[in-house]
Amino acid sequence: MSDAARPLACPPVAARGKARTLPRPPAGSVGTLGWLRANLFQSWFSAALTVALVYLIAHGAYALIDWALINAVWTVDSGSDGPKSDACRAVEGIGACWAVITEKHRFILFGTYPFEEHWRPALCIAIFIGLYVVSASRRLSRKKFASTWATALIAIGVLMWGGIPGLPFVPQDLWGGLVVTLILATFGLALAFPLAILVALGRRSRLPAIRILCIVYVELIRGVPLISLLFMASVVLPLFLPEGMNLDKLLRAQIAFILFAGAYLAEVIRGGLQAIPKGQYEAADALGLSYWRKIALVILPQALHIVIPPLVNTFIGFFKDTSLVLIIGIFDLLSAGKTAILEPAWQGFGIEVYLFCGSIYFVFCFAMSRYSQNLEGTLDRNRRR
Amino acid sequence: MSATTDGANRRLPRSRPRARTKFAWSDPKFRDVVWQIIVVGLVLGALWWLVDNTRHNLEVRQIAGGFGFLQREAGLPIGEHLIPYSPLDTYFKALLVGVLNTLRVAAVGVVLATVLGTFIGIARLSPNWLLARLAAIYVELVRDLPLLLHLLLLYTLVQNLPGPRQALRPIDGVYLSNRGLVLPEFEWLPGHSLVGAAFALGCAGAFVYRRWAMAKQMADGKPRTVWPIAMVLLVVLPALVSFALDIPWRLNWPSLRGFNIRGGMVLSPEYFTLLLGLVLYTAAFIAEIVRSGILAVQTGQWEAAQALGLTRRLTLRWIVLPQALRVIIPPMTSQYLNLAKNSSLAVAIGYQDIVSIANTTINQTGQAIESVAIIMAVYLAISLSISLFMNWYNKRIALVER
Repeated sequence: MSDAARPLACPPVAARGKARTLPRPPAGSVGTLGWLRANLFQSWFSAALTVALVYLIAHGAYALIDWALINAVWTVDSGSDGPKSDACRAVEGIGACWAVITEKHRFILFGTYPFEEHWRPALCIAIFIGLYVVSASRRLSRKKFASTWATALIAIGVLMWGGIPGLPFVPQDLWGGLVVTLILATFGLALAFPLAILVALGRRSRLPAIRILCIVYVELIRGVPLISLLFMASVVLPLFLPEGMNLDKLLRAQIAFILFAGAYLAEVIRGGLQAIPKGQYEAADALGLSYWRKIALVILPQALHIVIPPLVNTFIGFFKDTSLVLIIGIFDLLSAGKTAILEPAWQGFGIEVYLFCGSIYFVFCFAMSRYSQNLEGTLDRNRRR
Repeated sequence: MSATTDGANRRLPRSRPRARTKFAWSDPKFRDVVWQIIVVGLVLGALWWLVDNTRHNLEVRQIAGGFGFLQREAGLPIGEHLIPYSPLDTYFKALLVGVLNTLRVAAVGVVLATVLGTFIGIARLSPNWLLARLAAIYVELVRDLPLLLHLLLLYTLVQNLPGPRQALRPIDGVYLSNRGLVLPEFEWLPGHSLVGAAFALGCAGAFVYRRWAMAKQMADGKPRTVWPIAMVLLVVLPALVSFALDIPWRLNWPSLRGFNIRGGMVLSPEYFTLLLGLVLYTAAFIAEIVRSGILAVQTGQWEAAQALGLTRRLTLRWIVLPQALRVIIPPMTSQYLNLAKNSSLAVAIGYQDIVSIANTTINQTGQAIESVAIIMAVYLAISLSISLFMNWYNKRIALVER
């Protein structure tokens, strides 16, 4: 055989040659049966566990399908004074009443926004989603990125407020539903981000006064619950402002959110700043760059790149936290859902409405979390290269 | 190293005279000082502006500032209180009851969330595919929904439970109904304190004995069985005290009488919902922390321990767990802090914690600034204590490097 003539350091070929002569593995260790044995029935304990879990899952799935699909009521007739929920009352406890969603979905999504103008918040939601997708693809150059965001946010403002020919003015206290959640989250993050960068830099500054100010700000905000900041915004902030200067409730909540998110994002960004080797700072200094040019051209691009995954996780938390405005009476997605079931006809159908709201939150958060996981993989590969 | 550089410095002539602060923009030190003065000045100016506005606004609205209102009669009813309370008591007492209610849910929540989270985290690493998938789905589902939504959904579910007469009884003595959860309660008699003291003494004795045994083993290499003597100290000693004093051990079993359930320990629907929501939500995060902590211990560590002949249990106890804990503790601390802060969502479902009571106080007295300041101070104090404790614990288990 020519194998003997080959240099010894060529194990793959030899191994391949050997593998052909090996006996087949026992039948029970390959294929579906093998997989089952390796993953579900390795031991007595594991087998018992599998059986118990299968039983529980089957029971749960049966009950769920029974409730959510088979016994469910999807639509109800509308009577003279609004929809009649009698059909839903009849199946209460044994079937879901999805009719409450069919009837109320416009209210849950758009709140008290004038009915004929619902296309405007709907378009805004579409713009928001488009904005997220475009940003997540990370294909835009930095300049285009900034201009896209600025254009989109201005367009959303114009669409929501109106006041120009063709778009009647809609005051802020009529806004509601999903669009308010997206506004709070997106504007909050967009404005908190620059603040967070400044605070993170300030916390690592060599100037003691600035460092102490930043530390006090971050630790104070992180030490108290968001609720207390929202209370601050809703009941204390009006006292802080001079007479005659009235900020809208939504705007006040938005300020609280920016301050809150700023502190948490600052800590994430600080982590990135700390991960940059000292040599980078020194190299930038050696090139004669000023402090701000050093930060903007050398340090921040690297630091932000490292912290994208934890940043996305913070975004997820922040997106969920916008639901807290319910407590100070702002009409976001969850609060619109809670209000929808205050109507006598729909009282007691909270589970269906909360599941509907929950599925919307879930779609956004799940997309972000998957994105962050993918990104982590890509970044890891790049770093290992 | 440092000695030589010091020496080199001493020998070198001063190349440059000591920089004197010049009052010119070209001098970096001067610039630093100016920047700091500008920033601090701006912040102080903004604060002054706010304080001035506030003073003016309070005058116009005729609200008296200060904490004097704390001594006034509150007149607000509180359903659940750990200390005796009636609506005739002062606002101070009402707020104190609120703080205790917050601590009650946070402390129990931290313990339960840690236990549940650890189980789910380990389940995610289980070799059983089904169990691992279920745990993963649980974590993903729970983490991607807002806590407030969890609480509202759970509260609706609890309110939709059958009444006390048809209460669910998963285990004998446990009643779950729309009036909350009723559990058997331990009847505490004066003599039990003595038994408790004996148990504490036993704990201390067992601990000292174990340390002594370990020190001996370190010295001569001979392992000593600790558990028989520890058992005597922990179980037999308290039992002897109990027999000697002849105290009965009784549980107060709840039972259905008329239209309600009497006796036992009652967890109100609000407390039960809040606790359940906080535990289920935080456990999902803790599970991820535990999982990544265990995965962070390299396989080489397991293999090295096996090569030394350690059993699986000993490997976990002495090799894997100490290393995993180092990774787990810091993020766990922030989860505990989150749980404590998230307990403030109680106000949304009507559990009367500090935020809820302070909110009512604002509505009744108009003392918004003071009340919000009290909320913030309470949470800062709670956060600080958790951080201090966890930092101490973290330092204790931290890797001692050269």
